[in-house]
Amino acid sequence: MSQEPVSQEPVSHAPVLEAIDIVKDLGSGAGKVRAVKGASLSLIPGELTLLMGPSGSGKTTLLSILGCILTPTSGSLRIAGVSTDKLNAEELAALRRKHMGFIFQSYNLFPTLTALENVRISLDVRGQKGFAAANRSEEVLRDVGLAYRLRSYPGNLSGGEQQRVAVARAIASSPSIVLADEPTAALDGENGHAVMALLARIAKEQHRSVLAVTHDPRTLSYADRVVRIEDGRIVGEERRPEGLDAPEIADLTKRRKAHA
Amino acid sequence: MILTLAFRNLFHDRIRLAVTLVGILFSIVLVAVQLGLYLGASNMITANIDAAKADLFITVFGAKSFEDGGMLLTSRERHQALATPGVKAVIPLIVRFAEWRKPEGGSTRVVIVGTDAEDGGLAPINLVDGTWEDIKAPEAVAIDRTYLNELGITGIGATAQVQNTRIRVRAITDGVRSFVQSPYTYTTLNRARSIFGDADGVTFYLVQTQPGANIEKVRQDLKGRLEGAEVLTKAEFRDRSLKQWLFRTGAGVALIGGALLGSLVGTVIVAQTLYSSTKDHLGEFATLRALGSSSGYIHKVILAQAGISAVVGYLLGISIALTILVLSHNTALPMVMTPGLAFWLFTLTVGMCAISALSAIVKVTKIDPATVFSK
Repeated sequence: MSQEPVSQEPVSHAPVLEAIDIVKDLGSGAGKVRAVKGASLSLIPGELTLLMGPSGSGKTTLLSILGCILTPTSGSLRIAGVSTDKLNAEELAALRRKHMGFIFQSYNLFPTLTALENVRISLDVRGQKGFAAANRSEEVLRDVGLAYRLRSYPGNLSGGEQQRVAVARAIASSPSIVLADEPTAALDGENGHAVMALLARIAKEQHRSVLAVTHDPRTLSYADRVVRIEDGRIVGEERRPEGLDAPEIADLTKRRKAHA
Repeated sequence: MILTLAFRNLFHDRIRLAVTLVGILFSIVLVAVQLGLYLGASNMITANIDAAKADLFITVFGAKSFEDGGMLLTSRERHQALATPGVKAVIPLIVRFAEWRKPEGGSTRVVIVGTDAEDGGLAPINLVDGTWEDIKAPEAVAIDRTYLNELGITGIGATAQVQNTRIRVRAITDGVRSFVQSPYTYTTLNRARSIFGDADGVTFYLVQTQPGANIEKVRQDLKGRLEGAEVLTKAEFRDRSLKQWLFRTGAGVALIGGALLGSLVGTVIVAQTLYSSTKDHLGEFATLRALGSSSGYIHKVILAQAGISAVVGYLLGISIALTILVLSHNTALPMVMTPGLAFWLFTLTVGMCAISALSAIVKVTKIDPATVFSK
């Protein structure tokens, strides 16, 4: 994997994302539901964090808030030291452009654009155009192992390949934060492992903060940290002990869960 | 990438693209034909006024158009006009409807235009066969080749009877149509007087002013001297003629109404197809928004879609309009296309598509980027 500008800077362990006491109400009137109930979370560079919880636990809502796509009802969110409290939709979009990359469960690729163009468009919205953008897009697609699929349309790619294009799109602009929503949900075992290994590699080698929302137990072995959410509340956090290999954290998690 | 995405979005659904293009094409052809006919009609109505070398027109009071004036002005008005400071020449012109009796029987109406070209006032427009010298020959007239059949003659040398006077066709004009469908028949002033049996009356006087004269002052002086006559500038006379034939008769209103209807229908069709295209691609626009694109970026994609549709639709529409233009060349009301009109139509197409894009932009403005997580 190529070296990113981010990785060339002095390694920092300061949080790039800090969410404190986030509350989010969805709906209104009698149908109002409190989806997130005072969640606090921070992300530091170089870590792959999993946000795990059952369906309806509020993990995707929390991810949307952390990604500045939804605004919290209360609580505070800081991205790279910038408070999002008073930012309007355009300023939040600018914050996303500058600091974030997204990976979606259904890939959300543009069906009419080739793999290369799908990556290029994420650079284009950031004002990066021309040959430099084309070269960078090609480079990241090679990094995720899709050098042979540059001109393919999403309809001609397998699910795993499409998700790798989505990963390439997310990291093309070298964001400090990569947010992934159920990145393995639509993939078979082999492709799921490949994508998670890719995310873990991005966190480690490029020194990015990667947060993946998932309820897929296959992903546990790749996590540096697992944050549990239930009924809109953070109910636990497990960190892989220093020196523990990736697969071992899965066993550790199982044992902790059994004790609880 | 904006253009690439816009292009791909459009060409992804070819049936919808075809509907969009047909909408634009229909609109452009309709507007082009209506406005082309309007311009054609305007040219026909004002052709003789435009060709006249006159700074001012003296008309009988209340004359509504070039064909409306009778022969009520006399040499008295001419002498009064010639005595006005700043006036160089006052050229008599007779314009009057007359009965044309076809050689094979039957009759039709023509407009006799009697003037002496050597006076420098008005000469037959676009003579393609014969010269003014030929028209000065006994019995001679010039008519337009478009009306040969209608007048029951074959061309140069043909004879007919106008009122009670025998005439002979000695010259042919091309493209000099009459909006009132009564062919212009050019002849000398004296022959026109003879046809109508009026030795003194004329319809208009064409006034040429001295170089450097203040035309408005000359006009005011003439107005003060001539009772029962009006003194009009060329522009005023043109406007008055256009108003008479295009708006008092309703013909122009119908043409402009048709053009407006064409643009309205085109706008609605394009708006509908662009809106449905945007709706279909809403998920992609939401993804763009989630990726951090500004709303301006997304608006540009939609406007680019509208722009591409406009350019392709315009090229198709103008091609068909030009074909109709060629086909209409020899009809009684030929369509006219000028570079100005072609450019105006392009502007209209782009404007129409931009307005059509508004509904799609409003829709996209309401995108909730959070929908990207609910797929």
